[in-house]
Amino acid sequence: MRLRPRVRGAGLVAQGVAAAVLLAAPRPVLCQYTPSVSGAVGFLHNTNKGVTGYAPNFMPVALVPVGQHVLFETRGTFVESITPGTNGRSERTRFNRGYAFIQLDVLATRHTTFVLGKFQTPFATYNERLSPIWIGKFQDGPLTFPIGNNGAAGTGGEMRGSLFSGSKMSIDYATFYASNVTGGQFKSTRATGGRMDVYFPGTGVEVGTSYTYIFSGAHPNAFGAHFWWQPVGGALAVKSEYAHSTHSQGYWIETAYRLLHWKGPESAIGRLEPVFRLQQTFRNSPDGTDNLPGVDTHRADFGLNYFLPHEVRINGSYSRQFASTGNGNIWRTGLTYRFVLPAWPGKKQ
Amino acid sequence: MLIVAGVAWFGWLAAAGQTAGRPVSAAAHTKQAPQKAQTTAPPQDPGERAFQQNCNRCHNAPQELPRRVTGTVLLHMRVRAGLSEADERAILRYMTQ
Repeated sequence: MRLRPRVRGAGLVAQGVAAAVLLAAPRPVLCQYTPSVSGAVGFLHNTNKGVTGYAPNFMPVALVPVGQHVLFETRGTFVESITPGTNGRSERTRFNRGYAFIQLDVLATRHTTFVLGKFQTPFATYNERLSPIWIGKFQDGPLTFPIGNNGAAGTGGEMRGSLFSGSKMSIDYATFYASNVTGGQFKSTRATGGRMDVYFPGTGVEVGTSYTYIFSGAHPNAFGAHFWWQPVGGALAVKSEYAHSTHSQGYWIETAYRLLHWKGPESAIGRLEPVFRLQQTFRNSPDGTDNLPGVDTHRADFGLNYFLPHEVRINGSYSRQFASTGNGNIWRTGLTYRFVLPAWPGKKQ
Repeated sequence: MLIVAGVAWFGWLAAAGQTAGRPVSAAAHTKQAPQKAQTTAPPQDPGERAFQQNCNRCHNAPQELPRRVTGTVLLHMRVRAGLSEADERAILRYMTQ
């Protein structure tokens, strides 16, 4: 049977439309929710005012999803601290282990995730986002870290998520309540607080504010603010935080610049990232419980990171600290290897 | 003096970078989309755009990510980095296509 030309033409158009629809349709996402083990191993060295120590370090992260809405996650830190002995004795070694978080996440709605267990205190940015050894530009945290972080973690619950996400702006939040737990890995102080961030994708600017109230002791309040600027696709990253507590306050500002523009990120020079950090703390009255320096302290940190293939990073830094109790130099070097591995066989696709 | 030297150093580096004008996207570090690197225009793919805007804010992109764990890692980042559900889906699609 021969079709009329008009009918044949319509058939060809229909086939073309169908092919275009099939090509334009989103492809199925070929991913799996398999348990994984990631993290880093590192060998860190520091010389602080003439005293040298070494710290082989293992920081694994275990992720166990249950479906697509429930996740169990934990991050451990295993460190062997090696410090020189006194009076001619051999080195002292001490093994430390701890868990930054052991938590169950329930992704209840598009905007709400409930977290139960031991979680990192969501105050400012360093604790949750920069503290892993494979992320932080410097080996050590900022001097202001103890402010508002309630000992870095709490045991209780969090409610967090993305309030709004658009092409011009996104807003996310985290609120928490930590109960009083004594001893063990879940040791915690009763506290509450939260953080809110606003991110502007066009400019790469992120601003946020945090608050923590501790129910015990002198009931200290802590207030924090942060400002980050990272032009999208660029090599520059500026990060800063300000934190204020009852008896002390301080800030840090860090600038990193990956030398991508010299023959690309895989070139010998493009793998290099100079980093600079300036930090200051100020004290208005003595307080032995807030873990900040006892006197006004200023520090300048200069660092170099070198990113080798296969997720290996070498870093080194020099810091000069100024305080009325004495000035000093701090030298640090480190080698870290970051890994991500499936912890369970996957399904055939 | 150290502080002044540091600030001057980074000022010079930032200025040099702007004139060189060849930023590299996060995808340069992934196996999934090496061809999408070395572009100055913002990426058109919503997943790549979400990837650059969210993942690189805290860390370098992993050089290798086994496909078996992409869903798990994105679930982890949705909690830890405050990713929206839409961004999570877009990044998953970008990384697994």
